[in-house]
Amino acid sequence: MTALAAPPNSPPKLAGRASAEANRRRMTRVAYGLLAPTIIAMLVVVAYPIVQSIIQSFNSDASGIDPKTGLFRAGGFVGLQNYTNWLFQQCQVGGVTQACPAGSPQAGFYNSVFVTFFFTIVTVALETVFGVWMAFIMNRNFRGRGILRAAVLVPWAIPTAVTAKLWYFIFDPSGVLNTVLNVNVLWLSDLWASRFAIIIADTWKTTPFMALLILAGLQLIPEETYEAAKMDGSSTIQTFFRITLPLLKPALVVAILFRTLDALRMYDLPAILTGGGGGGGQGTQTLSILVVKQIQQSNDSASALSTITFLIIFAVAFIFIRVLGANLTGNAPKARRVAKEA
Amino acid sequence: MTTVAGPAVEAAERPVTNQYSASRARARRRKQGAAAVRTAVQAAVIVVWCLLPFYWMVVIGLRDSSYTFDPNPLPIHLTFANYASAFDTANGNYLGLALLNSFFICTVVTIIALLLGISAAYCLARLNFPGKGLIMGFILGASMFPGVALLTPLFALFSQLGWSGQYQVLIIPYIAGALPLTVYTLNSFFREMPWDLEEAARIDGCTPAQAFRIVILPLAAPAVFTTAILAFIASWNEYLLVSVLGNDQIQTVTRAIANFTGSIPHVQPYTTIMAAGTIVTIPLIILVLLFQRRIVAGLTAGGVKG
Repeated sequence: MTALAAPPNSPPKLAGRASAEANRRRMTRVAYGLLAPTIIAMLVVVAYPIVQSIIQSFNSDASGIDPKTGLFRAGGFVGLQNYTNWLFQQCQVGGVTQACPAGSPQAGFYNSVFVTFFFTIVTVALETVFGVWMAFIMNRNFRGRGILRAAVLVPWAIPTAVTAKLWYFIFDPSGVLNTVLNVNVLWLSDLWASRFAIIIADTWKTTPFMALLILAGLQLIPEETYEAAKMDGSSTIQTFFRITLPLLKPALVVAILFRTLDALRMYDLPAILTGGGGGGGQGTQTLSILVVKQIQQSNDSASALSTITFLIIFAVAFIFIRVLGANLTGNAPKARRVAKEA
Repeated sequence: MTTVAGPAVEAAERPVTNQYSASRARARRRKQGAAAVRTAVQAAVIVVWCLLPFYWMVVIGLRDSSYTFDPNPLPIHLTFANYASAFDTANGNYLGLALLNSFFICTVVTIIALLLGISAAYCLARLNFPGKGLIMGFILGASMFPGVALLTPLFALFSQLGWSGQYQVLIIPYIAGALPLTVYTLNSFFREMPWDLEEAARIDGCTPAQAFRIVILPLAAPAVFTTAILAFIASWNEYLLVSVLGNDQIQTVTRAIANFTGSIPHVQPYTTIMAAGTIVTIPLIILVLLFQRRIVAGLTAGGVKG
């Protein structure tokens, strides 16, 4: 941001106020001219679907396919009904609002909220702890550090779909994991085993990304800080908790925020590994999986659910930036700005 | 918490001054040796943890399918038959076609995202104008929006336009994913550019466009290239959109892999899937190994430097 503070095209010294004003207007025109393609593209591919999706979410569940267009027939404006259906687990049967039968998508809403948050909290916590550990090792000087840094990128580079298939094979009832551990766990159908199968696969895949972000933060901490702490007789553990961690906090907050927002949208891994199943059939059904399942039944109701999902993600991001950002005020203004921009 | 030994090791590597007695220096060296061993062991654990599943995929992809569940970690019962059957279309798997589709779609998406992203990122990093924060917020907010929310309206729109089963059905939403990433990464790279040089070029008589093209663009080439790799990999790995919007003909490799079926119903052709997975992953592994430093720089540029 510091680069931006300086006026980019320093106005000529001789120019008066009017010409500075004209200069600014010209620059704004140029800026929007250059931004126009991106803005238009974003409006078409992002804003239009979002607005359309929100409009749909206020319309009634379509009653069938319109034979003329091959699309769902819109059922007219119904206010917040699609939202209350999800939040209060109601269904309309023959025009009467009543509690949904077990097994309907609406009845699985809070289960999916729980599953999504459970996955998010556990995977982000594990990935943070392992990520800090990996980053510390990668930050040291030793022979073979290049191999370590290359190896860490391998799980990151493998497409999630391939990762899911790979772990699907590892978790097979007669697969290598059960054979090596000499157990007989149904990793992909047992309720908690399937949840932890997804957590294991996700942690394997994403910890390296976390580690790289944390490593970049570690490298910003000047060596002298550690030396000063050592001079003052700080033990290694004290140094870690009193020096390294606070200085690492800006990078850590950003890494955790990125990962949390990603984890709340988790789809690929559970969709391929378990199809959202496990336990009674919804043990690993994240909100994104529920939306995709609902799309096949009703576009409007699915739109309401995806809007709810977005609001949840937005709320989490907001809380993150407010709470963690506020804590950082004073001692690390830059960190706060980073968190804000993220 | 042995991990916290990090700073101590680095401090110990400075030359020992003669204020230390010989014995203290020896103790120090011993401690340093023990720390080096600890580091090496932990590094080895990380390398094995990261590579073992990948290694297993490669090994099983080369193994005779009658030994699929043999836990022997060595490459035994070698065969290339799985690679042949990975490309076999008899069971409704179109991996070859999906590979071509992926290359085509991801290249187009990367090029479009870069063309749009470079000018946008230049503006956001370089120019001051009203509404900048709002636009940056919109772009970042767009990347936060759940991909599933784009699905329903786009699906309806594309059916209306009669586009089902055409490339733009995938290319357009893929741009929605790649563009915020491109703008964000390029923006954080551009902030670090030596803009004084551009001003010097202006003073020497260049127009702003010339100054950008002649002075800044060559300097920005590595950043643009890095961003291109990241956008390409992100598009290559996308699954949610293609799983709903794609079909067996217009699909990318991730959907092909996820839907891979064998000749026997309800039996996963694991060795073939592992071979297919290896084929799909190898281009990315090569990219990553060749451009390791740049990729790491690109991944962390947005996150840390702010």
